[in-house]
Amino acid sequence: MILLILLGVNLAAAVLLAFIGDRKRAPEFNIACSAATFAASVFLALSVYETGPIISGNGFFFVDAFNVYLAVLTAFVSMTTAIFSRRYMRVERSRGKVGHKGMRFYHAMYQLFIFAMLLALLTNNVGVLWIAMELATLATVLLVSLYRTPAAVEAAWKYFILCGVGIAQALFGTVLLYFAAERIFGEGSRGLLWTNLSVVADKLDPTVLSLAFMFFMVGYGTKVGLVPLHNWLPDAHSEGPTPISAVLSGLLLNVALYALIRCKVLVDGATHSHKAGYIMMVFGLLSILVAAFSLLRQKDIKRMFAYSSIEHMGIATFAFGLGGPLATFGGLLHMLVHSLTKTTIFFTVGHASQMHSTQEMSSIEGLIKGNPLVGWGLMLGVVAIAGMPPFGVFTSEFLILTASIKNAPFFIPFFLLGIAVAFAALFRKVMPMVFGRVPNNQKPIRVASVPVIVHMALVLVLGIYLPTFLSQWFHTAVELLVR
Amino acid sequence: MNVSFAAQLNSVLAALILLTAFGLLVQRRIYGLLHIFAWQGFFLSVSTAVVGYSASLPHLYISAVLTLTIKVIVLPYILYVLIHRLRIHKEVEEVVNIPTTMLIGIALVIFSYHLTAPIRELSVFITRSTLAVALATVMLGLLMMITRKKAVTQIIGFLAMENGLFFAATSATYGMPLVVELGVALDILIAAFIFGIFFFQIRTTFDTLDLKAMEKLKEEE
Repeated sequence: MILLILLGVNLAAAVLLAFIGDRKRAPEFNIACSAATFAASVFLALSVYETGPIISGNGFFFVDAFNVYLAVLTAFVSMTTAIFSRRYMRVERSRGKVGHKGMRFYHAMYQLFIFAMLLALLTNNVGVLWIAMELATLATVLLVSLYRTPAAVEAAWKYFILCGVGIAQALFGTVLLYFAAERIFGEGSRGLLWTNLSVVADKLDPTVLSLAFMFFMVGYGTKVGLVPLHNWLPDAHSEGPTPISAVLSGLLLNVALYALIRCKVLVDGATHSHKAGYIMMVFGLLSILVAAFSLLRQKDIKRMFAYSSIEHMGIATFAFGLGGPLATFGGLLHMLVHSLTKTTIFFTVGHASQMHSTQEMSSIEGLIKGNPLVGWGLMLGVVAIAGMPPFGVFTSEFLILTASIKNAPFFIPFFLLGIAVAFAALFRKVMPMVFGRVPNNQKPIRVASVPVIVHMALVLVLGIYLPTFLSQWFHTAVELLVR
Repeated sequence: MNVSFAAQLNSVLAALILLTAFGLLVQRRIYGLLHIFAWQGFFLSVSTAVVGYSASLPHLYISAVLTLTIKVIVLPYILYVLIHRLRIHKEVEEVVNIPTTMLIGIALVIFSYHLTAPIRELSVFITRSTLAVALATVMLGLLMMITRKKAVTQIIGFLAMENGLFFAATSATYGMPLVVELGVALDILIAAFIFGIFFFQIRTTFDTLDLKAMEKLKEEE
């Protein structure tokens, strides 16, 4: 029941907002719907916390400690992003960057996108998981081209084609998985239910599953933004409206990684080896290194943070590839703190580029003097994302590093090199933007302060002290993933 | 119709699907592409029905009808209308190096056979030799998307890839569960509307549907 409310609110909101999306109070309605979703997700989490995993809807939905935490995160971030989007999109609307239809479309697709991600997280059917991932892509494609500039249209086309091709590979993987499962379960939906598959994972044919994993890796890996499949990501993140960049980076990448991990658990069970893990580690490490060095060359502020997202997704993928309780715990925490931190950064970056009417980093200056909240928000966000204590990213990276010292010492130098280069690059670019005098071209705007403050506070708390319920929750999730 | 006849019929259909995939690779006229694409969908649909008949699985009839409606009627019609409205029906695309493309295509087919060899051993179904063809169709669609530079052609390549995936589903597994197939069909229809909108967006922003015009977003040195 609660699941239907959780998914239904978004879907209903998407339909309604398609008609009233440009009314005066539409942004508030958008926030209210997201808040309702968040409340529903908290209820769901509480019941999972009390009674354990839930299977409902004739086996169609499956909620355990792993996906419910991502669902709560998704609902929460979509709520705060909706709050940010209210002020941000009003400025864009008043500057004529989007029109009447654009706003309606934007609000409707925003809710549809959240719906698709929640469906992907909560479904038990591996096939439906694929459908929801594709739906999430399709919902955001035209949002990337919302401003209709040549660069935006090109970015959206690239996003559409590359992710379409990528995710088609994941469908092939799903077909192969079903092929293996059909030999055990026979014809019908049962053979694609994750709860069934995970029970019989060791009976699935290892050759078929290894082949399937390659397709999953390429397919969902494209959506996670792993190098060398990452080409769409910087473009899509930099050209779309900033709230969309925030949710793409903070949420969609997580959901794609979630899909990949679910598949990896099955493959590990079937092959009894660590092959899938090694593949993920190599992809992860490559992403960290390539993204870190690409950071150095960026001129566009949103593009730079898009590369930073690739780096952090690389770290999380590396952690899950490494496996073991400690690294998996670190990976789960990293997904959480990266999502909170990176969305904060995008909120401040969005306001900063509105203040200067440009995304070129060289023309942005004096943010702290001009607007302390934006300036300090960006500064602290970057401190946090670069992995400095006392923020949560430090904790998760430290855990992952500790785990890899024990199990994979060979990878450590590369890992550290990537983090160090990213650290240096980010600071070199961000310092001149936040400090210094207020330039003439800076215009004051009304900013959304609540999301920035709340997110940063959460990241800080997670770095200093992990609440017992959360660590217990993660432990349960770790038990599900590590066998 | 006995099982061995059905298996042979299915192999013939698989060969035809592969042939159309190669046809798409080298066809230069836009209507020609559309026709080949529709034929591919038709063979796919017949093949699904044959498998459904010989394995007596009625739900495959539904997916055969679904394929026939979407891949043979709806999608080609949408594309036809778009091409007509955009007035690009007379355009002939330059396709460079047809022999090389064909050779790469053949290499991809061999690679697909090699990749699926261990799985073929496992399969006991009448359709077992067709999984390689399915994978080859996916790869040829991918190759088409890489070698072609027009938005419409890339989309047809993309849809041909989806055809290959669908063929894989029927040939390896007797079709995915119905809920998944319906969902995939829905996604494809949404995608069709999106690329329709896209064609107009690209046309109005770049004055052409040639993707060579899109080279702005590159990493600056």
